Amino acid sequence: MSEATPERAEILRLEGLEKRFGAVYALSSVSFAVHRGTVTALVGDNGAGKSTTVKIVAGVERPDGGALHFEGAPVGFFSNPAEAAERGIQTVYQDLALCDNLSIVANMYLGRERRSGPRASFLAQLNQLDMEQEAGPVLDRLGIRVPPLTTPVASLSGGQRQAVAVARAVLWGSKLVIMDEPTAALGVAQTRMVLRLIQQLAHNGLGVIVISHNLQQVFEVSDHIVVLRQGRTVGDYAKDEVTPDQVVSDITGVSGGMFA
Amino acid sequence: MSEPDLPGNRSDGAEESGASERRGVFRSLFSGGDLGLLPVALALIFIWIIFQSTNQVFLSPRNLSNLVLQIAVIGTLALGETLILLIAEIDLAIAQFSGAAAALLAVVSVDLGWPFWASIPVVLLAGALYGFAQGTMVTRVGVPSFIVTLAGSLVSLGILLALLAQQGTQLIYDPFILGIASSYVPGWAGWVLAALVIGTFFITSMRTQALRRSKGLTVPPVATVVVRVVALTALVIAIVLTLNAYRGVPVAGILLVGFVALFAYITKSTPYGRHLYAVGGNGEAARRAGINVTGLRLSIFVLASTFAAAGGIIGASRLGAASTTSGGANLLLEVVGSAVIGGTSLFGGRGDVYGALIGALVIGSVENGMDLLGAPSSTRFLVEGAILLAAVTLDTVLRRQRLRAGRA
Repeated sequence: MSEATPERAEILRLEGLEKRFGAVYALSSVSFAVHRGTVTALVGDNGAGKSTTVKIVAGVERPDGGALHFEGAPVGFFSNPAEAAERGIQTVYQDLALCDNLSIVANMYLGRERRSGPRASFLAQLNQLDMEQEAGPVLDRLGIRVPPLTTPVASLSGGQRQAVAVARAVLWGSKLVIMDEPTAALGVAQTRMVLRLIQQLAHNGLGVIVISHNLQQVFEVSDHIVVLRQGRTVGDYAKDEVTPDQVVSDITGVSGGMFA
Repeated sequence: MSEPDLPGNRSDGAEESGASERRGVFRSLFSGGDLGLLPVALALIFIWIIFQSTNQVFLSPRNLSNLVLQIAVIGTLALGETLILLIAEIDLAIAQFSGAAAALLAVVSVDLGWPFWASIPVVLLAGALYGFAQGTMVTRVGVPSFIVTLAGSLVSLGILLALLAQQGTQLIYDPFILGIASSYVPGWAGWVLAALVIGTFFITSMRTQALRRSKGLTVPPVATVVVRVVALTALVIAIVLTLNAYRGVPVAGILLVGFVALFAYITKSTPYGRHLYAVGGNGEAARRAGINVTGLRLSIFVLASTFAAAGGIIGASRLGAASTTSGGANLLLEVVGSAVIGGTSLFGGRGDVYGALIGALVIGSVENGMDLLGAPSSTRFLVEGAILLAAVTLDTVLRRQRLRAGRA
């Protein structure tokens, strides 16, 4: 989010990613780039390699070939999620990974609590008020409206939970946020709210990767659309230069499409 | 975590939050499935009224002082059990191990003749080691805690019998150890303690209030703070007045309240405590947040068994001996019962350590009151069993309420 770099500078570039599970090629050639301030949608059929690609970027899986550039520099690969997080990559998984019995602010700072006093975690005191004070503006900046931050996550709606999970990712000065099927379990109004949130993230200068099955949403929210099929990139478009039919035929591999 | 992902639960949750404003506060609390300590506090008052009306001695200073000593062991063990339940595990060895710890104390103190400042730490250390062993089996090897601690209970009984093989009952003579459960602080010291408790609560409440205001956060109404301070003050004064009317505040009671207060601070105000609740609420989320889940769970097992050892020491002090029945009989039922009656969920992540204290008070009051009535053991067990079942049923029903409200 630093203002010094050009607004739409490239933040992530994947070149010829390969990943084998035994004799099976999960990825054989995945290449695309993500820019700051834009939303890149990753689409494809089940087993096309979307999840594997995202896991490599998040440091969960290590690829067998290809290259990964982050902020213009080759980084080799992230050997664990913490390493990716350190560089500013945060993933919001489908199950959100929230603790329902803890408050909104406790979830946002989970594992990285502000503390005062001695450093040993057994005796250090949580600095609850500072956390609450800092979390407020982050939520405001994203246009997220939730109940008081001391409310347990258990009492939030599905969309609000998604918002809290996203806010947690953003709180840590992340530069690239990956969202896996962010609207899959939501109703209409909640889906609207989350789509607005995705665009707000890009508007705030972050790079965003969204995995989605819903082409209508993809066209509504994204700036770039990357299509994967059988482990390779088969389409990479700016949204304005492609039609849903073209994307569908890329996904299915049936050229011409049924409406041609 | 799987339940709230269902679309049905989500929409239910949304309707819930929208409609709850129209309902009464109590109703909305109940539909949320979170009642805190209110039911158990009401139950305690109810039990006290019943016993007082059947026997005027029940609420006498002498009997209440005796009640405090009675719950010192149960409460200490219940505190350890509460920590275990918070991470959604169970420790069935906690009572029997406290007996083994009592036997170890007797052997070290009498047979080996070690002074209290050596024997007590040795027993506590043995508790920690024992907890480390149980915790390692559960967290690293992956054996269910139910089985590990069930086996541990038998092992503890074996240790107890082996340690007391010669004599069966070993009397303890060390005056310091005996003093733990038989000394009382003088009247003025009780008032100093009361002033400290009230002062600390008052100052932290006021400080939090002022800090929240200065940071521009929502400030709870002054009235709630005032009510809380006044209620606590009245309660503490009543307790000290009553206990001073007999022999003063029992040292064992101060120990128990001290343990509970220390762990209330650790569980609510430190990162360690925050992580403890996170692991109990959603272990996978805690792991992904970078929390050392295995280490934390292991440390809880160590703490619980250390509390078991501490409870064993207090029990031995009260009895003036260690015997082959130490830690046996229905102590385990009373301990698990206290923790659950105190509002700690068997499903992990919900409850707090104050619950252990109140739960122990409920169990202790029932026992004490029944004894005063001269009720046979059969009746006592039936009533205690019924109360335990009621508490677990309430926990289960409330959990289902939460699930239905999309608040798993």
